[in-house]
Amino acid sequence: MALASQSAASPDAVPTVAVVLTAALIRLFAGCEARQRISARTVGEMLDALDRQWPGMRDRLRDSTPAIRRHISVFVDGRRAGLETPLTEGAKVYVLTAMSGG
Amino acid sequence: MATKIHVLVGTRKGAFILDGDDSRESWTLRGPFCEAWPINHVVADKSGTIYAGGGNEWFGPAVWKSGDLGKTWSHSSEGLAYAEGETPIKSVWSLAPNGSGLYAGVEPAGLFRSDDDGVTWSHIDGLQKHPSRAQWMPGGGGLILHHIVPHPDDKNQIWVAISTAGVFYTSDGGATWQPRNKGVRCDYLPEDQRYPEFGQCVHSMAMAAGKPDRIYQQNHCGMYRSDDGGESWKSIEAGLPSTFGFPSVAHPRCPDTLFLIPLNGDILGRFVPDGKAAVWRTRDGGKSWEDLRQGLPQENVYFGVLRQSMATDPLEPAGIYFGSNTGSLYASANEGETWACIAEHLPTITSVETLIDER
Repeated sequence: MALASQSAASPDAVPTVAVVLTAALIRLFAGCEARQRISARTVGEMLDALDRQWPGMRDRLRDSTPAIRRHISVFVDGRRAGLETPLTEGAKVYVLTAMSGG
Repeated sequence: MATKIHVLVGTRKGAFILDGDDSRESWTLRGPFCEAWPINHVVADKSGTIYAGGGNEWFGPAVWKSGDLGKTWSHSSEGLAYAEGETPIKSVWSLAPNGSGLYAGVEPAGLFRSDDDGVTWSHIDGLQKHPSRAQWMPGGGGLILHHIVPHPDDKNQIWVAISTAGVFYTSDGGATWQPRNKGVRCDYLPEDQRYPEFGQCVHSMAMAAGKPDRIYQQNHCGMYRSDDGGESWKSIEAGLPSTFGFPSVAHPRCPDTLFLIPLNGDILGRFVPDGKAAVWRTRDGGKSWEDLRQGLPQENVYFGVLRQSMATDPLEPAGIYFGSNTGSLYASANEGETWACIAEHLPTITSVETLIDER
């Protein structure tokens, strides 16, 4: 995938972000690595893009409300995000499992 | 042709498989599978493919699948969802092969079908459209569809058990449904309202071998038998130590033989009565009962057995298996006459089924 440089990006360009996926998630998808580079305008689109590469991954992270699953946390540049949260070029996105015990 | 028996076990922390020897005396445990997700039901279809249904607090519901007796697994939930805006599905609770399809019951209660061996799913929305749907109340385990009983010769006839909506029946493949709870009481309702059309707390259902019109039911409030496909139910609890329990399992060949595990009631811990484990068997359709204890612990036993946690095998004589909510698995190779503990220290056992592999 070709990465547009930040300075060259036009306002309509699809931003590319660095995504870090939690270990519990990547164990469910053989060959998946924790660090991904994804082009998407929103967190929701980012899940769509992940799902194209790893069929079924969107279902693991988003429910049918639709919303990020209750015990999944998505952070974009350090701030908790939802499906509509916009992404900007070079943003760092963490997909984490929330504390959930028993 | 070699025949091998496997016991399929669902637990709160993954699926397990026990591989038995010819005598059903020696067992080897494998697992946990399915990434230690909470697994509510593990079944096998006629081809030997194993399916495990459950749901993970982080990642939601899925059906896991293994075509090589548990060596490798995949999972899917594509289509296993209600419409946008409705309460999302939390977990898969029951699985049942039926004809060429595979059915899944879920929480909140609903029924799905897969026609491609669990890869994709479609909602059988007729059940959700039943006029009683808005009044279904969750039981202690949630609003769960925990038993699916297909007719052995007519794939369009299906009975499902929902806690606490009761038993529902379809004769058109799921397009329309009827409540089938006549004669089943609700001790938790006012005295003059104890036999409603729906709302019963069914815990399990078992169809008699070779008699599709005969269905047995363990309810929160009594044990029952129907001889008309669930249109009416009669109590068969006389002679049992309580009216409360979870699993019910029919003999693989004798329609008059049923196995139950009565517990000490719903307000006293839901343990086996008097701290002594026993499986109760009838050989006359519920007219009389005998307790089967040989080899089961008879002192200081404080476990229960959950709704899907007992099963038979089809061998001669039939094997019976049950798993406790304290992680012990017991087996009898002689229809309950004698028992042995074949696994212990497992997570809470949620389901037990068997697989005969003749490959």
